[in-house]
Amino acid sequence: MLMTIEPEKLRPGNPMVAPRPALPRDKASAPAERGQSAVSTRELSIFFGQNQVLKQVNLEVSAKAVTAIIGPSGCGKSTFLRALNRMHDLVPIARVQGQVRLFGEDIYGPQVEAVQIRRRIGMVFQKYNPFPTMSIGDNVTVGLRLNGLSKRAALTERTEQALTMAALWDEVKDRLDAPAVSLSGGQQQRLCIARALAVQPEVILMDEPASALDPLATARIEDLILELKKNYTIIIVTHNMQQAARISDETAFFYLGQLVEFGATSKLFTNPSKKQTEDYVTGRFG
Amino acid sequence: MPALHHYRRRKFVNALMQVVTCVCALLVVVPLCLVFYHVLKLGLGSVNWAFFTQLPKPVGEAGGGMANAIVGTFELLGLAALIGVPVGVLGGIYLSEYGSARLNWAIRFAADVLNGVPSIIWGMVVWALVVVPLKTFSALAGGIVLGMMMIPLIMRTTEEVLRLVPNGYREAALALGIPQWRTIVQIVVRTALKGIATGVLLAVARVSGETAPLLFTAFGNRYWNHHLSEPIAALPLQIFNYAISAYEDWIRQAWAGALVLLLFVAIINVSVRVLTRDKLARGG
Amino acid sequence: MAHFDQELSALRNLLLTMASHAEAAVRQAVDAVINRDYDLAMQVRGGDVAIDRFEVEVDEMAIRLLSKAPLAGDLRLIAVTMKISQNLERVGDEATKIAKRARDLSQEAPLKLIVPIPKIAELALQMLHTSLDAFVNQDAAAARALIPQDKVVDALNKEVHRQLANQMIENPETIARCLNFMVVAKSLERIADHAKNVAEEVVFLCEAEDIRHSGKTNAAALSKPAEGSA
Repeated sequence: MLMTIEPEKLRPGNPMVAPRPALPRDKASAPAERGQSAVSTRELSIFFGQNQVLKQVNLEVSAKAVTAIIGPSGCGKSTFLRALNRMHDLVPIARVQGQVRLFGEDIYGPQVEAVQIRRRIGMVFQKYNPFPTMSIGDNVTVGLRLNGLSKRAALTERTEQALTMAALWDEVKDRLDAPAVSLSGGQQQRLCIARALAVQPEVILMDEPASALDPLATARIEDLILELKKNYTIIIVTHNMQQAARISDETAFFYLGQLVEFGATSKLFTNPSKKQTEDYVTGRFG
Repeated sequence: MPALHHYRRRKFVNALMQVVTCVCALLVVVPLCLVFYHVLKLGLGSVNWAFFTQLPKPVGEAGGGMANAIVGTFELLGLAALIGVPVGVLGGIYLSEYGSARLNWAIRFAADVLNGVPSIIWGMVVWALVVVPLKTFSALAGGIVLGMMMIPLIMRTTEEVLRLVPNGYREAALALGIPQWRTIVQIVVRTALKGIATGVLLAVARVSGETAPLLFTAFGNRYWNHHLSEPIAALPLQIFNYAISAYEDWIRQAWAGALVLLLFVAIINVSVRVLTRDKLARGG
Repeated sequence: MAHFDQELSALRNLLLTMASHAEAAVRQAVDAVINRDYDLAMQVRGGDVAIDRFEVEVDEMAIRLLSKAPLAGDLRLIAVTMKISQNLERVGDEATKIAKRARDLSQEAPLKLIVPIPKIAELALQMLHTSLDAFVNQDAAAARALIPQDKVVDALNKEVHRQLANQMIENPETIARCLNFMVVAKSLERIADHAKNVAEEVVFLCEAEDIRHSGKTNAAALSKPAEGSA
């Protein structure tokens, strides 16, 4: 896929001139409180060319909680997720309409840089992708180093912090210089989570983070997510409903680009309001 | 019965094709063997310490070497790399990571065409652009022409190699809030570095044997080159001049030069093989 | 999903078979009391073994289905089935108790009584039957409607106890037989309780609302709640 020039490059104040010296905050937890709205969308619609993939989605994601997004293939859940950290900026034919707010700030506002947003909203992908030319330690700190932080003491501290939060420290503390690709699949995914955590985001987006892993590794990632939610807002796309039932506090059900139902996980999975949701959740369609 | 007859015929045709294709494959190797055999046979005897360290002796005198030509070739390749590598690599990066579909198609098309332009034409163009205004043949002109020939080659191989880098790495880096240009330089290019180096080496090997363009630009030199604006000796040029001469001694030296050049190119190709084999063994 | 649907059907059918056994046992036990039928009473006692076995089977099947991680309506169905089977097993036990009393009563002289035991029996049987019908038809309204009837049975039972107590004081030679009748009435009252439990489970199955232990019966329990709860 070809990359296109980011739209903001064409504006004055081109980030190519000098990187912003925005170093992440040093506090380990986000400033949000449980129950607050972390991410909210209003009438969010996304078009790929002429094709409307998301239709007027209105959703409020609570802070320091896990929100799951479920739905059949092609329902728009990954598209929705990627709109939250402006990854669609990289796709020339994508058009985003409506509002997305991060703790009240419109992330698509005219003065807002995508790069800044992505430091506050991290992402973990379906296929684990630690950078192959770097060691484990370097992978964890890449987000910090490439954004200007170079003090070795701070980097070491952050490495340990992030790897501990990702439940990987004990397994790799003796071999931080080993190549990242020498780890097992589950470990590599946790490394990717550590990499995202090192930048100290406020929200973490996860796009089917365990679908490429075996059940044991999956269970560890789920445990990790339940730990992480104490300090981070987590939005996870999953096609595994039992996983959503296990780890999420609230669940959103998407179908054909529309948000069909959104509510407490326990209710949505034991007594959904909409028949479509009931049919999907019991496996009678999709 | 007819079925059995068809079966036997198929088997025969199968075997025949196997033999034919095998012979053809072997035929490919034959010229390579011929080349090596001849060059080795006729050149090995003349390759000695003097060959590498001495300047050419005047006509009639025995002995001498091609020291200036060997050094000159390296100098020219160095200059060419200085021009060709940055432009080619950056151009390849642009094609792979930026640009619009239409513009990129045009650039690629132009590069492919340039790759096919006969090298003598390159030489004539640079002669008109550099040699004529400077009123002298020069190492600079020689470096420029070789560099310009390297550009489309390096640009295309760089682009291909960059495209092979999985998109997942770009997305992961961007999702960390790393600006796009940094992503490209420190993540994408770094991942593809081996491939880019390979492309550069192959381009160097390719232009190291170019003779025709150097006729109009570097021109050759009986002595050492002391300045970029002076003509400079190069191995292919020297080989050419000696080979078409009437002097047996020179002809022998031409064969020696040919051997050295051949070995140079062969070593580069083998190194490239080794480099890429390493990459594959690690799982890419 | 066809296989899972088949398994759910099998579970439902097993429960209904168990239900028909339990209903039949109660009916037979009541008949044995009223008709002083010793043999019928013994039959009931023998049939309780089957009901116990049903409970085990139903629970085993339910657990197996739960391991497939069902959700929403399926999950509620399985949970409710397990609860109902437990209630039905207790109903079977109560029927056995009644049968034992019937056996004892049949071996003593008949006692002429004007106590509303047959009425209690009829009500209890009707409640049981209605609650099971509500399960089959997934009819939450019918289930809710029968819950207040438990109060009626409770009141009748108290009345029977009062009358039998008077009888025992006036005619001490009838004490043994009266005590037996008291046990019968108590068992019938318990059967009505279990029918009410089944009805409450049916409401949970249909509307995902847990109305157990909602205290005094009030008018609200009779009517359906507003649509789209929570």
